[in-house]
Amino acid sequence: MSYEELLTEMGVADERFIAMTAENRALIRKLPQVLGNRFIDTGITEQTMIGAAAGLALRGRIPVVHALASFLSMRAFEFIRTDAGIPALPLKLSAFIPGLLSDANGPTHQAIEDISIMRGIPNMTVFAPADEDDMVKMLPQIWASPQPAYTRINTRQTSYVHEPFELGKAEVISKGTDVMILTYGLLFEQAMIALDMLKDEGLSVGLVNMRSLKPVDEQAILEAANSRLLVTLEDHFLTGGLYTIVAEVLLKHQKTANVLPFALNEKWFKPALLPAVMQHEGFNGKKIAEKILGYQTEHIQPEILKPQFAE
Amino acid sequence: MHNKHYSNQQLESIALNVREHIIKMSTGGGCFTGASLSAVDLIVYLYAEFLNLHNDNLIDPDRDYLFLSKGHDVPALYGTFAELGLMEKERLANHLSINDHLYWHPNTNIPGIEFHSGSLGHLPSVAIGVAMDIKIRAGKNKVICILGDGELNEGSCWEAVLVANAYKLDNLVFVIDRNNFQANMPTEELIPLEPLQDKFIAFGSAVTRIDGHNYNALRAAFENYPFKKDKLNVVIADTVRGKGLPSIERRADRWFCNFSADEVQQLLQELHGEHSTQLTSETLVVR
Repeated sequence: MSYEELLTEMGVADERFIAMTAENRALIRKLPQVLGNRFIDTGITEQTMIGAAAGLALRGRIPVVHALASFLSMRAFEFIRTDAGIPALPLKLSAFIPGLLSDANGPTHQAIEDISIMRGIPNMTVFAPADEDDMVKMLPQIWASPQPAYTRINTRQTSYVHEPFELGKAEVISKGTDVMILTYGLLFEQAMIALDMLKDEGLSVGLVNMRSLKPVDEQAILEAANSRLLVTLEDHFLTGGLYTIVAEVLLKHQKTANVLPFALNEKWFKPALLPAVMQHEGFNGKKIAEKILGYQTEHIQPEILKPQFAE
Repeated sequence: MHNKHYSNQQLESIALNVREHIIKMSTGGGCFTGASLSAVDLIVYLYAEFLNLHNDNLIDPDRDYLFLSKGHDVPALYGTFAELGLMEKERLANHLSINDHLYWHPNTNIPGIEFHSGSLGHLPSVAIGVAMDIKIRAGKNKVICILGDGELNEGSCWEAVLVANAYKLDNLVFVIDRNNFQANMPTEELIPLEPLQDKFIAFGSAVTRIDGHNYNALRAAFENYPFKKDKLNVVIADTVRGKGLPSIERRADRWFCNFSADEVQQLLQELHGEHSTQLTSETLVVR
């Protein structure tokens, strides 16, 4: 099922749903015909759209609100914080082309601080599906929740079939004693590639799809911290995203771990087409595996490398 | 006070070449084809004739400034820079390459581009700051900001018009590329803008409305700069989305285009009036 099919189904079944957009229709072209006056396009006006969504929510509606992730999360930030966050209204924010998915657009379109700023709003929940299958499994619960929610829209098709979703729960793909990779969103696909490459090197490696970043699955993080190396992998600034979430959870539970973060540190990424961006920024499976292997060899090798691997 | 004078034929010839460059960039990842074709004549005229801006004074504080707030126009800017010698033509082949900076929105790694854009409604206020400083220093530089008509949805544009008039910035020109489309929709069907001239006048501006593809009209408008003492200058340039390519003109679904190599060849022939093109590429995507 596609995102549009899901929204159509939900919208037809439940008249509380209103689809809104700030003139970003690529994923919802059929909705005007299906939803009639429950499809509202306010034009290129992210702030007005959020205020109007809050008004609709005051009348019992559930607005599913579409805009590009960078403009939705940042241009309308104070409107989201004040009109959705303070009254805890169920605005469901659908953020297109988040993170690396903005590929050649340039820094204006790069939403790589969105997790950070959205999770900073009291009452706001934050989600980042790995692909379209993951997203379609997540959204019915996200939309059914009474809370405001920010979701990184990810329509990438992969062959992976995800587990059912539960708010606040991560999807533990596998467990490993040498390395545990925690990731979310687009990079899940690359983490799977890295996982296989590291396993081929003889390492015991696990992978967790964090998917629900707020509320977050603290138990999954604490268990991952039991491995010899915990890796956080995200297309987001280092500050405020998964790396920060992990640090907060470890501190809260007075636990320590070796942590290797993959993130964008104090810089925007180089714009180009997506595969070239991933290669250039070190976010493709091979580069991820190489960096993890290198880090282990340099920092952790005596403890974790098996004798035959050390040959 | 022009730095150069071109014949209409010369300008038309430059613009034709710029349109060729845009079509060639509309593949292998694509670009905002329809959105930038509407602004070609405007941009060519302004750089060729109106602005005191050339290779030798790109960072001179006494140069004129052009801010491209409608970032989707940037292929027209790349093409114009290549044709007027501000950028090497060979560089256009690097469009979207990780090894260069010619991507979907303007950025200052390209000499001559004054400021990055892509998030709409930002540069009117940036241009105000530059115009304010020029006023403070009693400078003569002209400051232009090109806006899309869809961009006028953003409230920040109207704040800027209020502020520019409050500060009597008659050294500043807002040029509206009035092609009657937002990204996906005709403007008048979604968030109507007309009567647009009246709106700017009501906010205190001096407004001229012209055919944005007619060089005589462009000249006549800009030669009267500043239009009125102490008022923001506004040029509403009526344009056609996709101008020059009948098969994509005035079409909502030809905003961003990523054509096949074969379609690009056909479109180049169409541009030269040889035959029309049958387009099958799925082109309208979120960018």
